[in-house]
Amino acid sequence: MAKVTMTVNGKSVSRDVEGRTLLVQFLREKLNLTGTHVGCDTSQCGACVVHVNGEAVKSCTMFAAEAEGAEVTTIEAVENDDGSLSVVQQAFQDHHGLQCGFCTPGMVMTATALLKENPKPSEAEIRDHLEGNICRCTGYHNIVKAIMAASGQDVSSVAAE
Amino acid sequence: MYAFDVERPTSVADAVAALGKEEAQALGGGQTLIPTLKQRLAMPSVLVSLTGIAEIQGVCKDDDGRVCIGGGTKHAVVAKEAAAHYPALAELASHIGDPAVRNRGTIGGSLANNDPSACYPAAALGSGATIVTNTREIAADDYFQGMFTTALDEGEIITEVKFPVPEKAKYMKFEQPASRFALVGVFVAKYADGVRVAVTGASNDGVFRWSEAEAALSKDFSAGALDGLSVPGDGMISDLHGSGDYRAHLVAVMTKRAVAAAH
Ligand SMILES: Cc1cc2nc3c(=O)[nH]c(=O)nc-3n(C[C@H](O)[C@H](O)[C@H](O)COP(=O)(O)OP(=O)(O)OC[C@H]3O[C@@H](n4cnc5c(N)ncnc54)[C@H](O)[C@@H]3O)c2cc1C
Ligand code: FES
Ligand code: FES
Repeated sequence: MAKVTMTVNGKSVSRDVEGRTLLVQFLREKLNLTGTHVGCDTSQCGACVVHVNGEAVKSCTMFAAEAEGAEVTTIEAVENDDGSLSVVQQAFQDHHGLQCGFCTPGMVMTATALLKENPKPSEAEIRDHLEGNICRCTGYHNIVKAIMAASGQDVSSVAAE
Repeated sequence: MYAFDVERPTSVADAVAALGKEEAQALGGGQTLIPTLKQRLAMPSVLVSLTGIAEIQGVCKDDDGRVCIGGGTKHAVVAKEAAAHYPALAELASHIGDPAVRNRGTIGGSLANNDPSACYPAAALGSGATIVTNTREIAADDYFQGMFTTALDEGEIITEVKFPVPEKAKYMKFEQPASRFALVGVFVAKYADGVRVAVTGASNDGVFRWSEAEAALSKDFSAGALDGLSVPGDGMISDLHGSGDYRAHLVAVMTKRAVAAAH
């Protein structure tokens, strides 16, 4: 066991962890932040995406010890300061970008990172960027639509409902 | 995963010292190693994380005009910072896996692993790059020694990779849609003294140079110069994604496409 200290959602946290403790285990099991999901545990599905120092990473494929000193943001802190849904979250609701909701935390974290880097992505760029995020319910169209809407673009031309 | 400790040195010297311990192993971005550990296919006692070593991060140009990439540089950083110096290399980096993989995975990890379907080995061999370690410089032609096998000694760290910049180049990847690795990938680079063609994803021996195509393209750098040339299906990877003959066919197709699109 070794002590690891990082900032999670704006708060400094320290816990004893094993070397093999994954960041996602640290978040879910040590901090009870269960919004970050584990879908595949093999770095394929993206349900576990969080931001580490502002970059989207798969928290099932990073050790907690590697986040020593880092700023970590999870789905729990994406909402606006007043507690209302962020633009991306609201767009997922408005455009029916989720069904069971299992992939949604990872989708929202990935989309939020994309829009920071590329505020007006094309439909093709969005689909390309979602390559590491798997959804078994929606068929993706409404997720793409939500992300386009969140970036202030007209969504009438986006393929199929 | 079996239990192990994680160390985070901040200099190459400290990392090398830490790797001298019994059963110690380097940890780059972990995008290959962590899945391997989860399957209990590796049992290190210490993982020496290289991500905290500033001196092996980043992209620059040396006095000979080569693009030099620190061994711990992430794919996403190469995609951005090499774009002005060596566009084909940056494009290759920008299509590895997905954005989250590119925010962790490193060039050193990819070259050390030498997966037979990985992208960077094709760029390194196709550019005649030099792999720099904490002890020596290794020419790409001597570095790759068959799938998952390289010239690296135990505990040796890739600190930098130096790429001579070609006049024109292009990497064409036929993606295996589930894994996003190359089912076949071809890197073509035209230098003043000749053309290099490196193929990944295809051979049971890992990345290789297609010398017949290099000879033809060195005389005439056009897709037409490849008419009638083919590689044999024997010795090609055969799996549920494609037979050896299919991969052999793809090698010629992707090489032509790479030549046509080279810039
Ligand atoms: C979903 C997914 C899709 C992917 N798609 C692609 C793809 O399309 N193309 C592709 O090429 N790759 C792909 N990869 C692999 C990815 O590029 C990995 O990042 C890379 O192969 C390994 O780099 P790493 O830094 O993560 O190394 P790690 O996983 O940390 O380490 C891999 C091996 O290299 C050793 N090592 C690490 N760094 C060094 C160093 N500096 N010096 C010496 N040894 C070192 C480690 O000890 C280990 O044996 C994909 C991975 C995933 C999870
Ligand atoms: S749980 Fe991390 S990628 Fe699927
Ligand atoms: S909404 Fe169910 S997996 Fe995406």
